[in-house]
Amino acid sequence: MPILAGKELRIVGFLCNWCSYGGADTAGVGRFSQPTDLRIIRVPCSGRIDPLFIVKTLLYGADGVLVSGCHPRDCHYGQGNFYARRRLEALKRFLPIIGVEPGRFEYTWVSASEGQRWQQVVQGFTEQVHALGPSPASAVFGACREIPDEKGGPRVAV
Amino acid sequence: MKIGVFVCHCGSNIEATVDTASVAGTARAFPDVAYATDVMYSCSEPGQDGIIQAVREKGLDGVVVASCSPRMHETTFRRAVERAGLNRYMLEMANIREHVSWIGKDREANTNKAAELVRLAVEKLRRNRALFPKSFDITRRVLVIGGGVAGIQAALDCADGGLDVVLVEKTSSIGGKMAKLDKTFPTVDCSSCILGPKMVDVAQHERIALHAYAEVEEIGGYVGNFEVKIRKKATFVDWSLCTGCGLCMEKCPSRKSHDAFNEGVGLTTAINIPFPQAIPKKALIDARFCRQFLKGKCGVCAKVCPSGAIRYEMEDEVITEKVGAIVTATGFDLFDHTKYGEYGGGRYPDVITSLQYERLLSASGPTGGHVKRPSDGREPRTVVFVQCVGSRDTSVDRPYCSGFCCMYTAKQAILTKDHIPESQSYVFYMDIRAPGKLYDEFTRRAMEEYGARYVRGRVAMIYPKGDRLLVRGADTLMGEQVEIEADLVVLAVGAEAAAGSPALAEKLRISYDKYGFFMESHPKLRPVETNTAGVYLAGACQGPKDIPSSVGQGSAAASKVLGLFSRQKLESDPQISQVNQRRCVGCGKCALTCPFGAVKMIDVRGEPKAEVIETVCQGCGICAVTCPQGAVQLEHFTDNQILAEVNALCQS
Repeated sequence: MPILAGKELRIVGFLCNWCSYGGADTAGVGRFSQPTDLRIIRVPCSGRIDPLFIVKTLLYGADGVLVSGCHPRDCHYGQGNFYARRRLEALKRFLPIIGVEPGRFEYTWVSASEGQRWQQVVQGFTEQVHALGPSPASAVFGACREIPDEKGGPRVAV
Repeated sequence: MKIGVFVCHCGSNIEATVDTASVAGTARAFPDVAYATDVMYSCSEPGQDGIIQAVREKGLDGVVVASCSPRMHETTFRRAVERAGLNRYMLEMANIREHVSWIGKDREANTNKAAELVRLAVEKLRRNRALFPKSFDITRRVLVIGGGVAGIQAALDCADGGLDVVLVEKTSSIGGKMAKLDKTFPTVDCSSCILGPKMVDVAQHERIALHAYAEVEEIGGYVGNFEVKIRKKATFVDWSLCTGCGLCMEKCPSRKSHDAFNEGVGLTTAINIPFPQAIPKKALIDARFCRQFLKGKCGVCAKVCPSGAIRYEMEDEVITEKVGAIVTATGFDLFDHTKYGEYGGGRYPDVITSLQYERLLSASGPTGGHVKRPSDGREPRTVVFVQCVGSRDTSVDRPYCSGFCCMYTAKQAILTKDHIPESQSYVFYMDIRAPGKLYDEFTRRAMEEYGARYVRGRVAMIYPKGDRLLVRGADTLMGEQVEIEADLVVLAVGAEAAAGSPALAEKLRISYDKYGFFMESHPKLRPVETNTAGVYLAGACQGPKDIPSSVGQGSAAASKVLGLFSRQKLESDPQISQVNQRRCVGCGKCALTCPFGAVKMIDVRGEPKAEVIETVCQGCGICAVTCPQGAVQLEHFTDNQILAEVNALCQS
């Protein structure tokens, strides 16, 4: 299903169930309005997020990826966000090396009570991605999809 | 696979900004979707029956409900799916209310987004498999942290219900803030007369082990099997010998120690029993003031103690307790009024806090219940009460209402008149908040029967004039400035989270808000539960509360613990890690990273392999990312499932 052309960009969020997903819920309950671009994938803990998920999401054509977990020292599982922080910080420094603009990936910490903060995070990140515009990766992959396979039918992207 | 999609209107909560019929229509084209419809209220009885009926009639083997947050109703719909004869884990939810309809008004964009979220859920569900919980043994004991009235109530209710209770209190006596109060509103009961017997019950209950002057140091484990390290701070008195006779207090030469129980009004001795009704009634040496510790010589208390209980060489002791559930009742602290420079910032001795005034009113207080000015011991004639000091004020980052200050100020105005009949009280207030049984009547009595003059407005400045204080403020109802010459000013300080609350929350792995108050699982429907299984809240640690509410929550938390322990065994969540042993190379990284020690290394035909202990694993999935072989997968959050969700968003 396509995003609304001209209006939205493809932004994917990975949120831990206990803090940030709850924070996004709190924002909803408080009717803190947000841009509609973001699609949230729920995971139990930010420590469950493999940096490769983010790389694949970006290479598959997402224009931005946002990760959010519990504040450090406040992880539901004790240590998950410490692992996440190390992995994500390494990833953040690595992404420009493979040609992804730095602003397309962010990670942040939002607790279940911080509905308003979640609104600010989503607004800020969406604006940041919109300033960068559509990801070139999506054009590359989009073009790949147009190339017919040997049998002449439309090629299915990887 | 045959999937049914149910898109909920939630009345107008979703339908107003999402075209649910169109979402259901779009969903029919998704892979494996055999049935899709929109429903008015999917969580209602007809809504759930509709799901069950569709599962049976259409032969569905998986259900997607697009409605509110799974944090709200996942359990509800899991039960419905189970009643329909499916495995309860063959359910996925798309959160199209909190994450879509409530955060934007653009119907086109919302409908599109909702359909995409349904698509995610469908893709995830297609890769779900039936899971079955395991049961495990539990330790049927409960830890109560905090011995204020909420903690006392929780401990007594649990103990009366047949559970063993470990009660940990930070100070040397239980009782908390309530023990410091002289009277309680709206009945003007004597506080220690109603609390005292409960404290004695705690001391005498055979099922309650009380650790006073102790703090929780570390908490490990999980629901049913927590392991708690408790630091018993050195009291320098062997409590097994101390009889609480108080002889040491009479003879102690260090008579200028800070009196924490009396809120710093008056002084106490370095060795002391905080108040006559203290439980346990044992002496404690404050090493910051004791001559033996400061100068290395004194030893008077050791000489006079008839039971030889003094131990200057005593050190902290750390003990470990195993419990199955934890009730947190750590209460609140008072706002530090010295942040308000306009009220003197703590420079004027006759500007005191409400709790200090409470100690002046109390017969067991430093003045024996005679109201005297701290500066010169004179009886005040004019007393000014200032409300909302550290409440409802964004300039000091306390935008919330502390809830009980209006009431205790009315009580203190009444008591002032009782103590000094010729006195006159003035109360500067913003609004009177008296929502409770007999509360509004009570504030009216303060005004009408006891003649307290209520002035609606804020105080701008307090400054000394001779030996009195000039209070200058506004009367916003009359639209004029007011100046009152007062003998004593009482600041109705608000409640704030107890010092150290965030640190404790981190040990308990529960959430707290920006002010440090602990977060409940649901503000209305799960007020004493937290999102960490087996950890419950009682009293003001969750937010400012008066005594009846705190007691109510103490009992509520106890009933939750008793409910939890009513089963012989607990069921574990089966959404946990699994090791594919053919892929496992036995590197042991998963075992090292697991925060719960849930991965053990086993020997399979001479090869080391990882294995997950199913009832210990809590399902965080850290190991799944750590595994270099992709051998560990978290059930229902496998790599394939998450990537399928990514694919659904980016590749179609």
